[in-house]
Parts: sequence; C-alpha cells; structure tokens
Amino acid sequence: MNLSILITPVIQAAILVNVMLIGAAYMVLAERKVAAWIQNRIGPNRVGPWGLFQSFADVFKLYLKEDIVPAAADKTFHSMAPVISIAVAITAYAIIPWMDNVNIGGTTYTLSMAPNMDVALLVMLAMTSVGVYGIALAGWSSNNKYSLMGGLRSTAQMISYELSMGLSAVGVLMICGSLNLVDIIRYQTEHGWNVFYQPLAFVIFLVTALAETNRAPFDLPEAEPELVGGYHTEYASMKFGLLYLAEYANILASSAIMAVLFLGGWDLIPFVDEIALMGLAPDSLPAVLIGHAALAGKAALLVFVFIWIRWSLPRFRYDQLMNLGWKVLLPLSLANITITGIVLLLMK
Amino acid sequence: MNLDVILFALFAIGAVASAVFTITRRNPVAAAMSLIGHFFMLAGLYLTLHAQFVAVVQVLVYAGAIMVLVVFVIMLLNLGNEQQLTERISMRTTIGTLVAALFAMQVVTGLLARPTGVNTQHADAAMIGATAGIGNALFTTYIFPFEAVSILLLAALIGAVILAKRHLHEGI
Repeated sequence: MNLSILITPVIQAAILVNVMLIGAAYMVLAERKVAAWIQNRIGPNRVGPWGLFQSFADVFKLYLKEDIVPAAADKTFHSMAPVISIAVAITAYAIIPWMDNVNIGGTTYTLSMAPNMDVALLVMLAMTSVGVYGIALAGWSSNNKYSLMGGLRSTAQMISYELSMGLSAVGVLMICGSLNLVDIIRYQTEHGWNVFYQPLAFVIFLVTALAETNRAPFDLPEAEPELVGGYHTEYASMKFGLLYLAEYANILASSAIMAVLFLGGWDLIPFVDEIALMGLAPDSLPAVLIGHAALAGKAALLVFVFIWIRWSLPRFRYDQLMNLGWKVLLPLSLANITITGIVLLLMK
Repeated sequence: MNLDVILFALFAIGAVASAVFTITRRNPVAAAMSLIGHFFMLAGLYLTLHAQFVAVVQVLVYAGAIMVLVVFVIMLLNLGNEQQLTERISMRTTIGTLVAALFAMQVVTGLLARPTGVNTQHADAAMIGATAGIGNALFTTYIFPFEAVSILLLAALIGAVILAKRHLHEGI
C-alpha cells in the first residue's frame, strides 16, 4: 500500500485545522474589539500590541482552570459533547475549497482536503444538522434545568432553520447545475456572482446561518438573562473552551460557504476576468493566491457582518423566532425556488 | 490487503458494534447516540461502494433530521427511571427471540450461499452513485414511484397537521 495517500491528507488536515483554530481564536478577539468599537470602548489592549496576544492568554487561562463536572451529570456524555461539537465543526472545513489547484514546476498542489467532491454542499448541510448533537447533549448531560432548556431550544431552532437553509441553497444549485463547490465557483467566475441572481436566497441563507450558529439575534440557547449560560452553564476549563471554539469555527465555516455559494468564491471582481486581464495562467501561483485571498477576505467580511449584527440587534422572543422560521423564511425560500425554476425555463 | 478491505472491516465492525449498543443500553439517550453512530458507519459503507449521494443523504436525513427529533423527544420527556423499563411482558420476549432466531438462520444461509470472492461491482459504479446519475434515474425511469412516494408523504404531512390541529378546535 502506498503510504503517501495516507500521509499527504494528514499533513494537509494538520495545517488546515491549526490555521482554522487559530483563526477562530482570533475571531474571539475580533468580536471583543468590534464590540468595544461599537460601544465606544477601547477593548482588550494589554496583552501584546493592540491586544493581539489576548487570544493566547485566554486559551492558557482556560487550560489552567479546574475542570469541574457536576456530581449529578452524566459523565460520559458531559465529556463527549464538546468533542462532538468541535469535531463536527472541523469536519466542515474539509469540503471548503480554500484554494484552487496550483501548478508549481509541473506538480499540482492544493490546500483543500476534498476539493472536487460531488456532494460537497450536502456534506456541509449534513454537518450543520449533526452539529446540534453537541449542544443538545451538553444541555442534557449537565443535569441542570437551564442547560436542558438551552439544549432543547437549540435543537428546536436548528430543526426549524436548517430546512430554509437547504432550500435557499437550491436556487444556487438550479442556476449552477452542480453540488460541487468548485463547479459553483467556476460558474460564478464566468457568469457573475450568484448574489446578483439570487439576492433573496442570500438573505435567507445569511439569516438561517445566524440561527444555525446560535448567534444573536437568534442566541436564545444561551440567553444569559433567562438561562444563565444556556447549554454551557455547567462547563468549565477547556471543555467550555471547546464549545466556545466550535461556535466560532461554525461561524467561520458558514461565512466561507456563503462566500463560495453567493459571493463568487475565488473571483475578485464580478463580471470581470481579472486573472486573464493581468495575463496570469489560472493555475499559476499568483493567480491562485489572489483567489485564496479573495475568498478569505470575503469570509472575513462576512464574519465581521456576523459580529456587527450581534452587537446591533436585540434578541428575538421564542415565538418570534419560530414564526420567522416557519411562516416567513420557509415560504419565501419555496417561492424563490419556484420563481428561479420559471425564469430558468423561460430563458431556456 | 488493500484500503477498500481495511475500510470495509472498520465500518462493518463499527456498524455491528453500534447496533448492539443501541439495543443493549438502558439509557435511552445512549441508545439513540449509538444508533446515530450506526448511521455514520452505514454512510461509510456506502462510501466504500462509491455511493456518495446515498452516504451523505443517510447522514443528512437519518442522523441529521430524524434522530435529532428522537433525541429531542427523549430529552423533552426526560425519560428517567430507565431501570423500571424491565421486561414485564414475557410474551414480547418470546416473540422477539423467535424472530431473532429466524433472522439469524437467514443470515447464516446467506453467508453459506455467498459468491466466492468475486468483485461484482458495476463498472460505472461511481457514475451511478453520483448526484447526476441518481437524479436522472429518479426523474426518468423511476418518475412514477418517485411521484407516488411524494404524494404519500404529502398525505402523511396533511394528516399530521390535521391530527395536531383537532385538539385546538375542541379546546375552543
């Protein structure tokens, strides 16, 4: 058996996971900085220049804390829940096409784990829906009424919103004719970004992504005035850290998927083939790096939008949340599919 | 030994082990989680057969939607006292044992009659298992069963809504 087919993915995965986890750690810092900026404060600025090492200080603090497990908790599931959360969040990174194939001296390299997977988008949706087990188990195993309420709320919320999320992506699939994320990016490079053809789907996807990642204004599972800390009330030390990290890792994954589905992925300027104008081959190193930077920049912008929304909007009430999901977003996403189908048929 | 065999062995052992856990755990949440693990193992088995779409749909629908509801209900009802759920009705055990014995006989017969080490995989297995292949088959060859099933599901959906709403009207 050729060992390289095992070793190469392991190295790729190690790089990807570490970069993403450090990215997620820095999102915590970004969240605090943006929050401070929006609230006219300074924010963390003690650890390193502009507080840049604050994330590492936070993680060290979490590691040094005592890991307290409640006596009445279900020990196995209490330990398993953060692991499920973070594992599912990281699995989603495998299908995101971070970078095009790059040709250096005749050999092809890539950073993506499963770039040309036929069902990549479905994997993403599957991972989003499986992610709920981490939160639900964390809430249930803590044996605390606030945790259980948080876990139940999160489960109900995710069931309600993942339907609209999947249906809003159908519009994109109908236009591009593929579930393969690389094909979707290539289509957008040629024909312009999907956000111009599917603005409604983009808005629905953004709202459902906020709900799926339990972000404000949909952060009812951890609504602190009602539920103390929600599903992670009974967590301490790095187990709490993992739940927290999984939340941010999910936000980053959702942002990247939105950038790929609606904002053109590797494409820097819509309707312009800027790579050809600069006289670069599509698989040369500078062209691929520009594409990678474009995708990362769009994802970072969407992450900023997530944070911006959190510190601008108040939390929904529970009935408002359910009404919005079932009575507004679901009919709208179904209407979007119907209209897209009719338009595609007329244009044929 | 090639990678296919190793992966098959891993997923098959995992599938059987998680299935056994599902029916032996007293704690309903542990049983449900074992069942979810079993669905993942099945998805892995589908992947070794180049059925990408079926594998992902297995995780998306069974593990991601149906089992979420099951876990939700278990948590909502907070099924404690699982020790009390002992075998009170011996009738059930008897019938269960008989059915299990019949099934075991069938499995043994199947194992004895298996084809000997021939790779019977279709040459275009990867194409058939891809989304496009399944979509084409569903909307051309199997369009009638597909539509029939969707009408059945619609009827079930309307039935569920009516059953849930009946109490509301009676209450008013």
